[in-house]
Amino acid sequence: MTHVSLKVNGREVSRDVEPRTLLVELLRRDLNLTGTHVGCDTSQCGCCVVHVDGVGTKSCTMLAVQADGKAITTIEGLAAVAEADGRAEDGLHPVQAAFRQHHGLQCGFCTPGMIMSAADLLSRNADPTEHEVREWLEGNLCRCTGYHNIVKAIMAAGATMRGAATPRAAE
Amino acid sequence: MTDKGIGARTLRKEDRRFITGKGRYVDDIRMQGQAYAVFVRSPHAHARIGAIGKDAVLGMPGVLGVFTGADVQADGLGSNVCGWNVVSKDGSGMNMAPYPLLCTDKARYVGDRVAMVVAETLDQARDAADALEVDYEPLPAVVDVAKAQDGPVIHDGIAGNLIYDWELGDKAATEAAFQKAAHVTRIELVNNRLAPNALEPRAALGHFDPGTEQHTLYVTSQNPHVHRLVMSAFIGIAPEHKLRVVAPDVGGGFGSKIFIYGEECLVLWASRKLDGVPVKWTADRTEAFLSDAHGRDHVSKAELAIDADGDFLALRVNTKANLGAYMSTFSSCVPTYLYATLLAGQYKTPAIYADVQAYYTNTSPVDAYRGAGRPEASFLIETIVGQAARELGRDPAELRRQNFIPKDAFPYQTPVALTYDTGDYAATLDRALDLSDYKGFEARKRESASRGKLRGIGLSCYIEACGIAPSAVVGSLGAGVGLWESGKVRFSHTGKVQVLTGTHSHGQGHETSFSQLIASKLGVPFEDVEVIHGDTEKTPVGMGTYGSRSLAVGGEAIARSCDKIVAKGRKIAAHLLEAAEADIEFKDGQFTVKGTDRAKSIGEVAFAAYVPHNYPEGVEPGLEEGAFFDPPNFTYPAGTYVCELEVDPDTGTTEILRFVAVDDFGNVVNPMIVEGQVHGGLMQGIGQALLEGAVYDQSGQLVSATYMDYAMPRAWDVPFFEVETGQGTPAQANSLGVKGCGEAGAIGAPAAVINALTDAIGVRVEMPATPEKVWHAIQATRHAQAAE
Ligand code: FES
Ligand code: FES
Repeated sequence: MTHVSLKVNGREVSRDVEPRTLLVELLRRDLNLTGTHVGCDTSQCGCCVVHVDGVGTKSCTMLAVQADGKAITTIEGLAAVAEADGRAEDGLHPVQAAFRQHHGLQCGFCTPGMIMSAADLLSRNADPTEHEVREWLEGNLCRCTGYHNIVKAIMAAGATMRGAATPRAAE
Repeated sequence: MTDKGIGARTLRKEDRRFITGKGRYVDDIRMQGQAYAVFVRSPHAHARIGAIGKDAVLGMPGVLGVFTGADVQADGLGSNVCGWNVVSKDGSGMNMAPYPLLCTDKARYVGDRVAMVVAETLDQARDAADALEVDYEPLPAVVDVAKAQDGPVIHDGIAGNLIYDWELGDKAATEAAFQKAAHVTRIELVNNRLAPNALEPRAALGHFDPGTEQHTLYVTSQNPHVHRLVMSAFIGIAPEHKLRVVAPDVGGGFGSKIFIYGEECLVLWASRKLDGVPVKWTADRTEAFLSDAHGRDHVSKAELAIDADGDFLALRVNTKANLGAYMSTFSSCVPTYLYATLLAGQYKTPAIYADVQAYYTNTSPVDAYRGAGRPEASFLIETIVGQAARELGRDPAELRRQNFIPKDAFPYQTPVALTYDTGDYAATLDRALDLSDYKGFEARKRESASRGKLRGIGLSCYIEACGIAPSAVVGSLGAGVGLWESGKVRFSHTGKVQVLTGTHSHGQGHETSFSQLIASKLGVPFEDVEVIHGDTEKTPVGMGTYGSRSLAVGGEAIARSCDKIVAKGRKIAAHLLEAAEADIEFKDGQFTVKGTDRAKSIGEVAFAAYVPHNYPEGVEPGLEEGAFFDPPNFTYPAGTYVCELEVDPDTGTTEILRFVAVDDFGNVVNPMIVEGQVHGGLMQGIGQALLEGAVYDQSGQLVSATYMDYAMPRAWDVPFFEVETGQGTPAQANSLGVKGCGEAGAIGAPAAVINALTDAIGVRVEMPATPEKVWHAIQATRHAQAAE
């Protein structure tokens, strides 16, 4: 067993874990943060994306011990980040709100990872083109939506976050 | 009237829990003291199973049990079953071999379940499963359906691996029509095998309560009551009244979660064997690829007879269908009653004959996957019609239009058993041609050519049969169950409404659509409605969600429950208002005495029903009504899809430039949700056409068993879709006039893509039309042209 201490959604946590424990297992099993999902075993689907020190990261591809000393935000903690920035609406991060507004989810299984990944994109590029959004989503699979409304939602969230009246038109 | 009722683009009420990470999927549920199951799966496609080294593993840390086929047999558990008996041409029933929960004598595909290990932690269970030694004697295997007949016998006593040899249509009339043909178009095509790939892998958590002897199973299911029925009646896990099946939030299904699989039966059984320790299993992705039922996998030959004017005279089809190593729950009806019955398409072809042979192979079982039979039919028809147009030098849109069933011919009896209720195929074609600027294509093609690119446009005019039922019809065709649906509407004292449905939502948004229905039918605020589904202990018995049936069948059961609520409410209101029942009108949630402003709201009536102090004589208290709806016919969504794409001849890559979809879904409850369903279906159809293939090598190894190897469609593979589901022709089989929309995209898209690709490069490439295949096809044509 190895001891890890990290901050998850603003709370200090420490646990003894087996060295082989993945970050996603720590989150889901030990911390009961089941909003982060597992959809594959080859680091392809992105259902498991969380923010590690603010950077989008596949939590299935990181050992819990590698997260020692880091600050993790999961889907459960995303709205609070937006609250702190004064950007939350109706208790939601703008990306969460946009996914709902634009029907960017159906079964909801890919959704937490999609939202976390999209929030990471928009923190780097607040005004992505449709092409940039589609390229960015290389690491996130969705089987339900055909991506159509996900791309729309992300572009709309970008517009909200930069205070634009209308999202960029489709190319 | 509420602005969130029928027809409104109401935002989904289920979304909040999903976008905040508070959905509750099976793997999210944790029971006190739960143990973990891991399955040991055959690495061989076909092998005799010898000794299994159970004892060595039983002593490993945390191991609670190791179970094999012998244990299952010793306990008297039954075999899994396929619930639809398809009868062969010669009158014999289908050859259904036992489908054991765990292998007994042989393993029949890579991934077949050989043993189950249960341990206190998942890591311990994995370690123990890795350590379990199994003696295999590998046997020759067959994976291709075309070779199945001559392959090794997979199930004792089933010669040639033939499951059935079935036919539909008038063979003699079809042959006679071919005699009169001026032109015959012939085609051979493959409908590629697909892995459904719901992003949530299958999972199950079984719990036996030793005190009450109640069995509870949490499972990724599209139809929890069907799970309960099969597990009780055929497998014998527990009597039905002692078995509760809960399907909580489910992360997509696309058919793959209809079926009853061994894993979920076994975890529940193991919990009983272990005196009530809850046992959980969650598939990893490779397990999902190996063991989820796959879809499609047909090889077909078809001929279309055409007269000198371009009228279709007859269609003749032979299809060989691969059903895999065992017959999954509904597998038999997919390449027969859900396929050949649709071969008329949108056309008035007078004579059609199809015969279908289904075979066992050493591959994962094949069953319904989004569209189930109808995509295969639609792809075949729309491909052969496209080829006919090319051969005849006709505009593919005009050749189709000429052969459409005209709008005044409904109801229309096809030569392959179905009666189409309504439709206006020319309307959806015209609209799609308009939206896609079909007329302007030649100019765009020249522009592409100037950049060295090959541009193509392709049409697909699909039809499907949805809202699967009626029970008597499916029963006469061999179905082992009825296909009605249940609904119940329950008012509380305070006027809030619970809707109980036998359908299950795993992405379709029933909580929203059904609430809209209530809002419109009963005038109750959308927010005051709660939709309950997915728990056999809460909802009336229902048949579940597949075949785009939830609204057309399940929604109608709810609508009829609403009618009963209003009928009873009218009696109560008449009493309260001291008026004759016949004088009470109901509108927008108010019972009003005709021609007056005297009214009682439905909330007041509900209160009176539960506090019946001043109440009509002979009327029961309470306001709760249910209905079972068995529709008189299928519904028939149809439409036209237009795909425009560009091929880079140097690399063989295909880029979809535009995709226009015009669908006739009859009336639409929530256009936003319906469009979303179409988007998802289109993506799966485009995936089938260009990317996806579940591929076995000749030894039976599944070589596309991870997301590194199986090309899932990604966001960059498509542009924004242009989808229109405007004014349709209302369905006749239900009072809502709805048809169902969940599968259309996957049904119509493949042919549109392949026709466009063929138009671009001049030859047809089998699906998935990968860049490699496209490049080779272009090279081959160039060489052929150079040689001329
Ligand atoms: S679970 Fe992490 S990428 Fe699939
Ligand atoms: S919403 Fe179901 S996988 Fe994306």
